[in-house]
Amino acid sequence: MSLIKRIFSSKTEENISGEQKKEYSENEDHKNTNKSNVMNDKIKFTIDGKECKADKGANLVEAAKANGIFIPTLCHLEGVKPAGSCRICNVKINGRFMTACTTEIADGMMIENNTTDIQELRNIIIETLFVSGNHYCPACEKSGNCELQALGYRYKMLVPRFPFEFEEKVVDASTPKIFIDRNRCILCKRCVRSLKTKDGKSIFAINGRGHKAMINIDHELANKMTDEEAQNAMDTCPVGSILKKERGYVDPIGSRKYDKKPIGSEIESVNK
Amino acid sequence: MEQKITIEPVTRVEGHGKVTIHIDDEGNISQSRLHIVEFRGFERFVQGRPYWEAPVLVQRLCGICPVSHHLAAAKALDVIVGAGTGDGLTPTGEKMRRLMHYGQIFQSHALHFFHLVSPDLLFGVDADPAIRNIIGVIKKHPDLAVQGVMMRKFGQEIIKATAGKKIHGTGAIPGGINKHLTQEEKDSFLNGPDPLNIDKMISWSVDAVNFLKAYHKENKEFIDGFAAFPSSHLSIVRKDGALDLYHGVLRAVDADGKKILHDVDYQDYLKYINEEVRNWSYMKFPYLLDRGKENGWYRVGPLARLNTCDFIPSPLAQKEFEEFKAYTNGKPNNMSMHMHWARLIEILHSAEMMKELLNDPDLMKGDLVVKGKKLSEGVGVIEAPRGTLFHHYAINENDQLTMANLIVSTTNNNEPMNVAVNLAAKQFMTGQKKITEGMMNAVEVAIRAYDPCLSCATHALGQMPLEIVLVDRANNIIDRKRT
Repeated sequence: MSLIKRIFSSKTEENISGEQKKEYSENEDHKNTNKSNVMNDKIKFTIDGKECKADKGANLVEAAKANGIFIPTLCHLEGVKPAGSCRICNVKINGRFMTACTTEIADGMMIENNTTDIQELRNIIIETLFVSGNHYCPACEKSGNCELQALGYRYKMLVPRFPFEFEEKVVDASTPKIFIDRNRCILCKRCVRSLKTKDGKSIFAINGRGHKAMINIDHELANKMTDEEAQNAMDTCPVGSILKKERGYVDPIGSRKYDKKPIGSEIESVNK
Repeated sequence: MEQKITIEPVTRVEGHGKVTIHIDDEGNISQSRLHIVEFRGFERFVQGRPYWEAPVLVQRLCGICPVSHHLAAAKALDVIVGAGTGDGLTPTGEKMRRLMHYGQIFQSHALHFFHLVSPDLLFGVDADPAIRNIIGVIKKHPDLAVQGVMMRKFGQEIIKATAGKKIHGTGAIPGGINKHLTQEEKDSFLNGPDPLNIDKMISWSVDAVNFLKAYHKENKEFIDGFAAFPSSHLSIVRKDGALDLYHGVLRAVDADGKKILHDVDYQDYLKYINEEVRNWSYMKFPYLLDRGKENGWYRVGPLARLNTCDFIPSPLAQKEFEEFKAYTNGKPNNMSMHMHWARLIEILHSAEMMKELLNDPDLMKGDLVVKGKKLSEGVGVIEAPRGTLFHHYAINENDQLTMANLIVSTTNNNEPMNVAVNLAAKQFMTGQKKITEGMMNAVEVAIRAYDPCLSCATHALGQMPLEIVLVDRANNIIDRKRT
């Protein structure tokens, strides 16, 4: 089985076994209560041979983070129900590929994270994302704050091995506060899952399926977005697909999130 | 039988171009042309992008003077975001941008003079090309070479401190700037270890002007006579007539010094300037509307700027300016090779201006951005190292760019460069039976005086082969030579 097939046939939240499946809740209060019940219940596991401990109920990304180990993510957002859609967090658990963000930590798990074949899979995913959109970093205002770019640097991507698609995608500039550039969208659904109005309505949605899938907005709701909400939307997007209008390039080079340290280094600096 | 000589590519200039020279049966030059054989397309592919991207995106058309495009675009967008037409920024915003710009002029002029031009002057136009290059300069005149490298470095560091990066920074944003200068940066420029401090840069700039003046004295005939021709000159000048490379009004003078464009607002540039398209070059030919296509062309760049301005607002450069003006009795200087003299006076002026700005407390504190009532269109004009640079943008109600028009400095110099090529070809090739490498280089020397940025890209140092092809009237190749 090819590397790409292996990674995309690995387990997702929907098909992992019951004991490994985390009972996620979209309700933050419910989640907190759930956490407090298991706070002192430590789970033991290993990542790349290192013995680790984490709270019961944590997913693998969080559990690794608590032990100073970085598992890369793109679609995952803390506090939001994981989707396992970007596949960048794939690790091997007891020899099988699984997405770390959708997998609850369990006692005795032997996890492989920083191995050659997993890095290779991650590189393939990063390169695939770059070629399937038009990620022109030099002029993108998210440059330096972009998680995809930061992962490209971390995994030393020099040039994608795949041909660029350069499919022209329509931008949506019609709302007053945000600019949607679908050429940069990686369909992670962070915005769909996390950006709601106060009464719980979704501002963003995915239209279409397969290669026709694209991010869309409810114009009526988007027209009412405040500056704060627009900024939050821009910050939620891991790439430069959602831009707050008229904000461009206010962060000087040198002070942007990933200018000085690579993505993940803030996690890895803990417990060292 | 008519012969056609092709010089391709032209070396030690920025970008790709070629020269064709037609020689008739009597050995006279019947036609010569500088062709720009690249197509960039930025005006088209920025359409649809959010307007605030323009200063960062469009500067990518150049790796030598991106700051000029960055600032010209930012100035056009200042108008669009309601920050006025050049004088509405906060003191910090304007001064940081000026510092960035003087750093850019300083490094670009240093690159041109020391790296690209000095081999011609130090070794001679017809010297062996194996020696007549920057490596030859490093070997024979190491002090001069180091000076050129360090001056360029200083300018690049100034750009980094103001724009965030040495090449393709993001400092200028619509309505202002995105950072202050830090105390550490200020100290390093003012009091950095020798030679990287501003006093040394001023001192070296004075030396460079003196070097050129001494060379001029010994090579008067060449410097004064080579590819000299009368022309109009255009640039922006400060409202009081001072040399101002960042902002001002449009002024043009004819070959005798008579004003033919009277300090007009560049927002209205389309009332005064048009561009002609010719089918043999991707570069357009701008001209002053009221003088027509035939007579409306003009020169831009250092020579033009010193011909249009009344004075230079920095003491050492002003002293040199007075000497420069006195040489032509106050009349416009129409000698192509005096472009180098003017360029070095501008290096000195830039160094002096950088020192003044570095001592200005506004750079380290104060508001960065100002915005007002949004407009749908704006024009930004700046004096880039190579001359007057126009950026013109229009946006729609969704903040997307709908139109971009760029008239870059080298485009403004298109006709003058063609005239210079023709003169050099006539001077060196008329009646010659054998075309030598030195003759070909003479044509390039004429082009090089204008420091053209043919694609606004980074190609330099004579690494590309120079090819000359002799063809007969039926386009049969008679002879071919490569350097």
